[in-house]
Amino acid sequence: MDLRFENVSKRFGERLAVEIPQLTIRRGEFFTFVGPSGCGKSTTLNLIAGLEEPSSGTLQLGDRRLTHLPPHQRDVAFVFQSYALYPHRTVFGNLSFPLELAGLSRESIRERVRQAAELLGLDPLLEKYPRQLSGGERQRVAVGRAIVRQPQLFLFDEPLSNLDAPLRAQMRKELRHLHQRLGTTFIYVTHDQEEALSLSDRIAVMRKGRIQQCGLPRELYERPVNAFVASFFGSPSINLLPAALAAGPDGIAARIGELQLSLAGLDAKILEAGVVTLGIRPEHVRVSREPLPERWPAEISLVELHGGQTILELQLGGFSLTAVERAEARYREGEKVWVVIPEERVHLFDPSTGNRLGADSPGPTS
Amino acid sequence: MLWRERIGRYGYLAPAALFAASIALVPILVTFWLSFHRQMPIFGISRFVGLENYRFLLEDARFWNALGNTAYFAAFSVVLELGLGLTFALLLNRQFRGRAVARALVLIPWAVPNVVAARFWEWVYNADFGVLNYLLGIKINWLGDPLWALHAAILADVWKTTPFVVLLLLAGLQVIPEELYQAARIDGANAWQLFRHITLPLLKPVILLVLLFRTMDAARIFDLIFVLTGGGPANETETLVVYAYKLLYRTLQFGYGSTLSVAAFLFILALSLAYLHQLRRAWELRG
Repeated sequence: MDLRFENVSKRFGERLAVEIPQLTIRRGEFFTFVGPSGCGKSTTLNLIAGLEEPSSGTLQLGDRRLTHLPPHQRDVAFVFQSYALYPHRTVFGNLSFPLELAGLSRESIRERVRQAAELLGLDPLLEKYPRQLSGGERQRVAVGRAIVRQPQLFLFDEPLSNLDAPLRAQMRKELRHLHQRLGTTFIYVTHDQEEALSLSDRIAVMRKGRIQQCGLPRELYERPVNAFVASFFGSPSINLLPAALAAGPDGIAARIGELQLSLAGLDAKILEAGVVTLGIRPEHVRVSREPLPERWPAEISLVELHGGQTILELQLGGFSLTAVERAEARYREGEKVWVVIPEERVHLFDPSTGNRLGADSPGPTS
Repeated sequence: MLWRERIGRYGYLAPAALFAASIALVPILVTFWLSFHRQMPIFGISRFVGLENYRFLLEDARFWNALGNTAYFAAFSVVLELGLGLTFALLLNRQFRGRAVARALVLIPWAVPNVVAARFWEWVYNADFGVLNYLLGIKINWLGDPLWALHAAILADVWKTTPFVVLLLLAGLQVIPEELYQAARIDGANAWQLFRHITLPLLKPVILLVLLFRTMDAARIFDLIFVLTGGGPANETETLVVYAYKLLYRTLQFGYGSTLSVAAFLFILALSLAYLHQLRRAWELRG
């Protein structure tokens, strides 16, 4: 069943925490709210769970209205960042708690717990207490407690952020597998752009309580609606440079520092903007040792090795650029190189509003 | 280990060990020693009598009366203090306007010195001029009536020490993570079930700590009763420590008085050990 937001807003006193005029999370989707801390993503999750009530608007799950229903009648399960396991209950007791409260019989409780434990590999842990478990095991128990209830929605509030990096990567895969097996809607909150991109079917990027852009991970990466979304995704993050547009002999050209970049393919209407913010992702900047007329001369000021890749910091005429190259090229600091910025990879943003410029720029989608 | 190091180690420990021994261990040992003696300085009597004092203690009806009073006082006051304290702590743990002021107000009785509080309650209970009789519109001699006197002392103690219980329980409540309540609400718990399945089990270590402190305190109650009733009427409110005090300092029976002190000491020790056993288990369960 789809989850629909209609004019939902949440205020804490004067402060607007969340404002979502329209959003539909489709049945069975892995949907992620992502954004920096304080952007309202966790509050949004609390609104869905019923831990908070919206100041206005309604939430609808299928044809059932969720707003003003107490949390346990919403048919949702919540996995907390801190896991929120009951410390005085064993793993079995943690998993059985929601079922006991629902008044299930002893046998069916045992059966449901057994199924969940099997699915998550918790069988050897059932008699242990949370304090005897590792971080990853606690995480799994928290997921198990959500699964036993067989809810219509799973809500995850930064469930992986307390784990160390290798474990996080592993749990990411497990969550993805779990989603495939259960086929239930997963709604996920994280501040980690990489996690969002790798896990989600669709993503909503939030900032200051509002959804900036909502779409497929690829869309957000390739067609960010504004400079914020553009710089939120990708590591190292996108190069954003001030550029002045002018009509030249071969069409439009952008002036960045002391250098010229031909943007011949652009519509002449863009010239009205005058000054723009030009965005180019580091992996799209091409670096070469061969001098060619249309290439910019640059000097490498910093080389960071990341296994198979190196991140280069380049000094050009009056500005600097970050580029990603394969490590085999063996660039060294202080080396003189040549740089190409492919026109088709360039994003243009309005420097005052940050919004995407150009005929192909989509509005905020939902 | 080098002998130098070993000497250094014990050398550093020695001052603290000596200090602790001189203020705690030595008096306890001396009391034990005295309890095997018949010692009455005014008559110049001082001789070793072995277990004679203990044999007498077991036949001393006044001792059994005092032990009963002590147990009754401790049980009732501690149960009331815990019940009231938990109620207040739960109320004060909620968000409301003026919470800081309310918390400070609740603590006031605890800040009053024991003897001052006892004098104050003595006036409250006064048969002729007391505010309690005035408010109830009756005339009861609270402190003079064998039926009422011990209960009056219990009420005064509850007034005085419930704030302490509130303080400890409030601290205990505040360390229970909010997410556990949220998780339990999503799992379907109502207000009572939240209390029963989250608050109470997670507060258990603190509750046991409160019980330990309060039971020990109540079992050695002295000042309140000494000021209010002096143990009367007709020894109806006489507790172990009040009786021991009278033996030791009114009749100067240092031997038998010490025997009684040892009995009180063992009584409180047994209670404490029972609590500590429970407490250790409760803390172990905590994550």
